[in-house]
Amino acid sequence: FTVWPYCLKRCSYCNFNKYIPRSDNQDVMLECLQRETETLLKLSQVSRITSVFFGGGTPSLARPSTIAAVLQTVTRHAGLSEEAEVTLEVNPTPVGSSKLEDFLHAGVNRFSIGVQVRLRLVVLGRDHNSQHALQTVAEARRLCPGRVSVDVMFGRPGQSVASWELELDELLSVCDDHVSLYQLTLERGTQLFRQVQKGQLSVPSDDITAVMYDSARRILQKRGYLQYEVSNFARNGAISQHNMSYWKASQYLGVGPGAHGRFVPRGEGDVCREARTQTLEPDVWLREVQQRSHGTRRRIPLTHLGLLEEVLVMGLRLIDGITHQHWQLFSPRADLYQILSSSSEVQDLQQTGLLILDDRGLRCSWQGLALLDSMLPTLLLLLEAYITQGLDNNSDSLQL
Amino acid sequence: MSKFPVERIRNFSIIAHIDHGKSTLADRLLELTGAIATTDKNKQVLDKLQVERERGITVKAQTASLFYKYQGQTYLLNLIDTPGHVDFSYEVSRSISACQGVLLIVDANQGIQAQTVANFYLAFEAQLTIIPVINKIDLKNADPERVEKQIEKVFDIPTEECIRISAKLGTNVEQVLQEVVKRLPPPTFKKEDPFKALVFDSNFDHYRGVVANIALFGGYLSKGDRIISAYLGKSYEVNELGLLRPDEHPTDRLYAGQVGYVIAGMKEVKEAQIGDTLYHQKHLVEAFPGFKPAKAMVFAGMYPMDQSDYSALRSAVEKLTLNDSSVTVQRDSSLALGAGWRLGFLGLLHMEVFNQRLEQEYNASVIVTAPTVPYKAILSSAKLIKNRRAVQKNMVYIDDHRVMMKYLFPLNEIVVDFYDLLKSMSSGYASFDYEDAGYQAAHVIKMDILLNGKPVEELTTIVHKDRAYSAGKAMCERLQDAIPRQMFEIAVQAAIGSKVIARETIKAYKKNVLAKCYGGDITRKMKLLKKQAEGKKKMRYVGTVQVPKDAFINVLKRKDK
Repeated sequence: FTVWPYCLKRCSYCNFNKYIPRSDNQDVMLECLQRETETLLKLSQVSRITSVFFGGGTPSLARPSTIAAVLQTVTRHAGLSEEAEVTLEVNPTPVGSSKLEDFLHAGVNRFSIGVQVRLRLVVLGRDHNSQHALQTVAEARRLCPGRVSVDVMFGRPGQSVASWELELDELLSVCDDHVSLYQLTLERGTQLFRQVQKGQLSVPSDDITAVMYDSARRILQKRGYLQYEVSNFARNGAISQHNMSYWKASQYLGVGPGAHGRFVPRGEGDVCREARTQTLEPDVWLREVQQRSHGTRRRIPLTHLGLLEEVLVMGLRLIDGITHQHWQLFSPRADLYQILSSSSEVQDLQQTGLLILDDRGLRCSWQGLALLDSMLPTLLLLLEAYITQGLDNNSDSLQL
Repeated sequence: MSKFPVERIRNFSIIAHIDHGKSTLADRLLELTGAIATTDKNKQVLDKLQVERERGITVKAQTASLFYKYQGQTYLLNLIDTPGHVDFSYEVSRSISACQGVLLIVDANQGIQAQTVANFYLAFEAQLTIIPVINKIDLKNADPERVEKQIEKVFDIPTEECIRISAKLGTNVEQVLQEVVKRLPPPTFKKEDPFKALVFDSNFDHYRGVVANIALFGGYLSKGDRIISAYLGKSYEVNELGLLRPDEHPTDRLYAGQVGYVIAGMKEVKEAQIGDTLYHQKHLVEAFPGFKPAKAMVFAGMYPMDQSDYSALRSAVEKLTLNDSSVTVQRDSSLALGAGWRLGFLGLLHMEVFNQRLEQEYNASVIVTAPTVPYKAILSSAKLIKNRRAVQKNMVYIDDHRVMMKYLFPLNEIVVDFYDLLKSMSSGYASFDYEDAGYQAAHVIKMDILLNGKPVEELTTIVHKDRAYSAGKAMCERLQDAIPRQMFEIAVQAAIGSKVIARETIKAYKKNVLAKCYGGDITRKMKLLKKQAEGKKKMRYVGTVQVPKDAFINVLKRKDK
């Protein structure tokens, strides 16, 4: 995951790590991205990269040559297979859409476009309008047919169920094979949050957003998209490979200011998977990479329980959930039945039809997917209880 | 101190309605007589307690002895600052009985108010000299002439006797001192008489024990004397005594007509109750009339936030009540909140100040609830006596302006907010006293609260039949607000036996918020989920309904304005 942290403007709802560039330091930025990529690849001793994602910020503001250079570095130090998915996030500004072809030549083979169709855009501070958005999608589809993802957001100020359904319908007629569905969340410290607090704007209530989500799922299903994850829909099998690695708890390297990673630093002789975060502030990150070849701010080894918790939380987001085989990779000694089946709360969730635990594995039902976050605390408590009790038992037996 | 002949002593209080400027005038008097230096920091010097300073009110009466030179002679002026709030009228009456005169302050714009009248009557009935002082003449809306006329009409005091001042600016304040010397009679107490002193306040000092503020009505008191308190009949030895200026100035003797403090080895303030009489062991005297132990008017239940804080709270309550003998304390317990107390206060302000002091001085977090009232239940289905909630017993006209009405009330009708409502409805003019009239049969029933059909033990209450519906509805509404939405619908019901009398519904939520969850979001999400999991451990479950701990607290808490 490579971060290009700069944007043209700040969207009022955004709390991602993004900055307005003060001067053009593309060259330095590129150098450092390459440097850090090389360092982390060597550290992880990974031999094959299956996907690359350029996020941010607005990566489409970077020069295509920058993208190409980073990809070359990856190829040089690890294998970047022909089938590897290389995604670039695109913000549909006039500036962005004309560069798409150049990005394609640089090695990008998938585009992820954030799109808001209606004029209500102005509220969110995004500086493009519907026409541009549609044009960008069309252009992207021309260049990478079947490999374009569109982000859609519901729960925006002033949005009604009816206007949402219309918007979605219109959008889907021009979309490609992958759609990501998000709800606008009010994050502290954003301009939108302050506006809503002051009463200048209001967002739709919980009950209404529940209907919006439901109708979105229905509409997408009718159009042939399969919901394969809480927020992600695909037809013709166009699922996002890169994001799969999050949900399946595979290893991933985060490069660039504020990027996150999960891998085992075998290059240092470690065997423990770590959660890593790179320094947030671009200027500071640049300095650190120049001085010591990478800008890792935090590295926290994941305990056995910590890792299992991530597997559980992320895996249940998939409609297929967690298979027993997948779980076994991380927890050879404790299977899902042992951990969960005796709990009356889990039985309750199964009876209400929200959760399924069978010979395939553990997963949410279609309704359950919408309420996953409500079920997770219960499941996490059970996991914790089982694993820590297991540790006690182990130490007892050692004393014998 | 013996060089002060009684003729040159003046004992006076300042009485007024709230905020008419008592404490500011007291500050000025202290400054004028050199008891304190004239600086800004003297704002209400006599209001020593933090809570007093914050709320701008006087809670504990303070005293200062001032020396004032007038026409070549030095006078000893004893000022007793009094609380202005209606809750503390007993304290005011005791302070007044140690005086020969009062300064009655009236705001030049607001004019006569409820407490002005109440305090006037206290002083009038005690046959004190009353000097009307019209304050805040510096303000734009001041109309001293109108107020003077008002005073003449209501209190029958000639307008010439009024002194117009601005305590804030110091205007005419010196004149007040002069009038005190000129108009107030000196005390008629003789130091040849046997020693007799009135306790008009007491404080608890951790190192020295109880410090009692006394006014000597006869004789003199020396260090080492043995004295007896009339109320308890216990004897003590005087360890230390002196004047208050307003700080303590120890001396060897105090004489009749003087006001000061005494420390005599008393361990609890209950041993030095306000209004009590002190006398020498060998010389029995008649006790001062009108003494009564304080009577609680407003009650509340107090519980620690968490049962583990119980002993800390108990010790805080004990320490606070050490200095406030007018708070009645009784242990109590509630299913929901554990062990606690039922406390009685002189009024709502008294209770609020008490709570605030608990939090500020002792760092205690307290849950304040409407109190429980003792019931005797007869377990039979026999007939119950039909009873109206209050039965009028008689009505007496005291004079042209006042009427006294006697009613028979069930206790729980008055424990929570009757006193306060009475005061606010009558703008403070009505006053209220009560006696225990014993137990009476009444039609009361047990009301259950149910969540999805399961009863919540802690919220079961006994209510009067006529109140059941409104009480039940109120509880259901409060619970509806206090319990968060869950994955299924929750029916909140109030029931009597099997009959549901009130109901609210908490709708289920249909979905969680959908946010991006990649890369960095994962760490954040895990943190949030772990926190929620921890929170779950502390939840109470009623059937399958998750109830946060403070839901009960919110339902049981007093809801004051």
